[in-house]
Order: sequence, then C-alpha cells, then structure tokens
Amino acid sequence: MADSHTTGEGVMPGGPMAGHAVPHVHEHHDPNLQHHFYDMDQQLEASTLGMWVFLVTEIMFFGGLFMAYILYRHWYPGDWAAASNHLNVWMGGGNTLVLICSSVTMAWAVRCAQIGSRKGQIVNLIFTILFGATFLVVKYFEYAEKFEHHLVPGPHFDPALPQQQQLFFSLYFIMTGIHAAHMVVGIGIMLIILAMAWRGKFGPKYYGPVEVSGLYWHFVDIVWIFLFPLLYLLGAHLGAGGAAH
Amino acid sequence: MSKGHTHVITPVSTLFIVFGTLFVLTILTVVTARMDLGAANTPIALGIAVLKASLVIIYFMAVRYNTPLTKVVVVAGFFWLLIMFGLTMGDYLSRSWLGVPGR
Repeated sequence: MADSHTTGEGVMPGGPMAGHAVPHVHEHHDPNLQHHFYDMDQQLEASTLGMWVFLVTEIMFFGGLFMAYILYRHWYPGDWAAASNHLNVWMGGGNTLVLICSSVTMAWAVRCAQIGSRKGQIVNLIFTILFGATFLVVKYFEYAEKFEHHLVPGPHFDPALPQQQQLFFSLYFIMTGIHAAHMVVGIGIMLIILAMAWRGKFGPKYYGPVEVSGLYWHFVDIVWIFLFPLLYLLGAHLGAGGAAH
Repeated sequence: MSKGHTHVITPVSTLFIVFGTLFVLTILTVVTARMDLGAANTPIALGIAVLKASLVIIYFMAVRYNTPLTKVVVVAGFFWLLIMFGLTMGDYLSRSWLGVPGR
C-alpha cells in the first residue's frame, strides 16, 4: 500500500517521523494529488475507471434508443429503408470523417499531455473543438433541410408519406439530437481542458483530466459510428441515396 | 496494486494508422451499403461499425493500456447492452407464437 512512501524520503524537516501516526510525507506530494489517493497512479486509475462506469450508463442510455430502432426497423423494414433515403449520405458520411479527425486530434492531445508538450495540447485541443463545431454546423444544415422538406414529425409532416416513415424520423431526430447535445457538452468540456492546458496545468505526471474527458469525446464518436450506417445507409442499395424527394 | 509503472504513451504512428483505417472503413461502409447484397447488407454494415468502434476503444481510448478491472467494466457494459437487446427481441419475436390476442 503505502510502501512507496517509506523509502527515499529521508529529508524530513521535522527529523525522523518517530511519533507520526500518518506515514504520508506531504511536501513530496504532487499538488494535483487529492488527499484520498495514495499516489498519482492510483488517482489516474480511479478516474479512468470512474469515467468508464459513467460511459457504461451512457451505453445503456443510448442503448434504449437503439432498442427502439431495432424493433421498429424489424416491424417496418420497407418503409424504414425508404425513409432512410431522404437523409443526405454525403453530409452524414462527411460528418463521420470529421468526427474521426476530431478523435485522432483528441488522442494526440492526450499524448502531448503525457510527453509534456503544452503547445501540442493546445493545438490539438483547438482542432478537436473546431472539428466538433464543424460537425454541429453540418448538422444544422441537415436539420434545416428536413424542415424544408416536411420530414420533421408532427402536424407538418409530409402527408403523402406513410406514418411508419414518420416513426423513422422521430427516432432520427431523437437519436441524432441527443448525440448533438453530447457534442455540445463535449465542446464545453474541451474548452475547460483547453483553458487548463493553456495555463500549463498538465504534464507527464498529471494528465488525468485530458485523458478522462478524451474518453467521453471518443465515446460520442463511437455513438455516431453506429448512427451513421443505421440511419443513413439503410436504403442506399435501393437507388441513389439521398436523392429521393 | 499499482506496480512499478511504465505508462505507455501511444506513438503518433499508431494514431495515424488507426486514423487511416477508420477513414477507409467509413468509405467501405458507404460502398458496400450501395450494393444490393440482400440479407448481407445489415451484417456487413454492423460488422464494419463494430470494427471501427473497437479500434477507437482499444487505441484512441487506450483501453489496451488500462488495468484488467477497467477492461472488465468496458466489456461488461457492452455485454449488458446485448442482454437488453436479446431479451427484448426474444419477447417481441416470440409473442405471436402463442396465437393469443394481446400482441
């Protein structure tokens, strides 16, 4: 347990710690080490594990929507394939590539924190935020197009289309909408991490916040990796995707 | 618990190989989706998506360098998701077998 603290720390100002009940030597501790952890490694392990436990709840959260998707797609395969062809494959596919770019800059930012490159962190985090913002801008134009084409569920939904297609668009908007909300939160987190990186907070000994918020960012990317083929490519084999109106 | 510790840092080359693979797989998923492969379309699309997600989890999220405990949590998370899908669809798919109203 605390064995790593009992060696090599003979320079105690108060002499040998004969009467001390607590073996921790505080002046040797990293200021970023919270007092309830033994060392930096344990702190990093605990935060990584904690983030993953949160991400498991996120898996189940999105999982419920994917469950609804599976069931309705199973019930109405033809209508869903036709509805899928209203989506713009180029915008969806382009956004997939944009998110992959954002993930690689995110992973690179973590690496830069680990090797102590402040400049590398800042550049990569800015690119991550810019890619995330690009995704949201493209999403805005996609949503606007759906409003123009009367594909938004509700009283103005194109009456010529079967109700089952309205169901598809309900799930499309809920799933991509919640995903977009996660992107907005992710950008907010990255702005905070960027501000911390700017002040030189991270280095080889302390990079937990970059790593852990990176896990969240990658998770949101993974959700999109599944959303793209399941929503956009469902009916692509029926004809030129995205052209049917 | 925490042993001597070599915190492995992912090399830039690995990041870019994974990036390139993800890029190619994204194009591949669009190309295969445009071909009429009958019943094979969905398994191929899902297979590519699972492969892409695994690459992100193993390399970008660096799960390969994490402790066994974290790995178990990651795998358990997706395992539970499959339980939810399996049991729910098992219910819906088998209801009509009984031939009673109330489906």
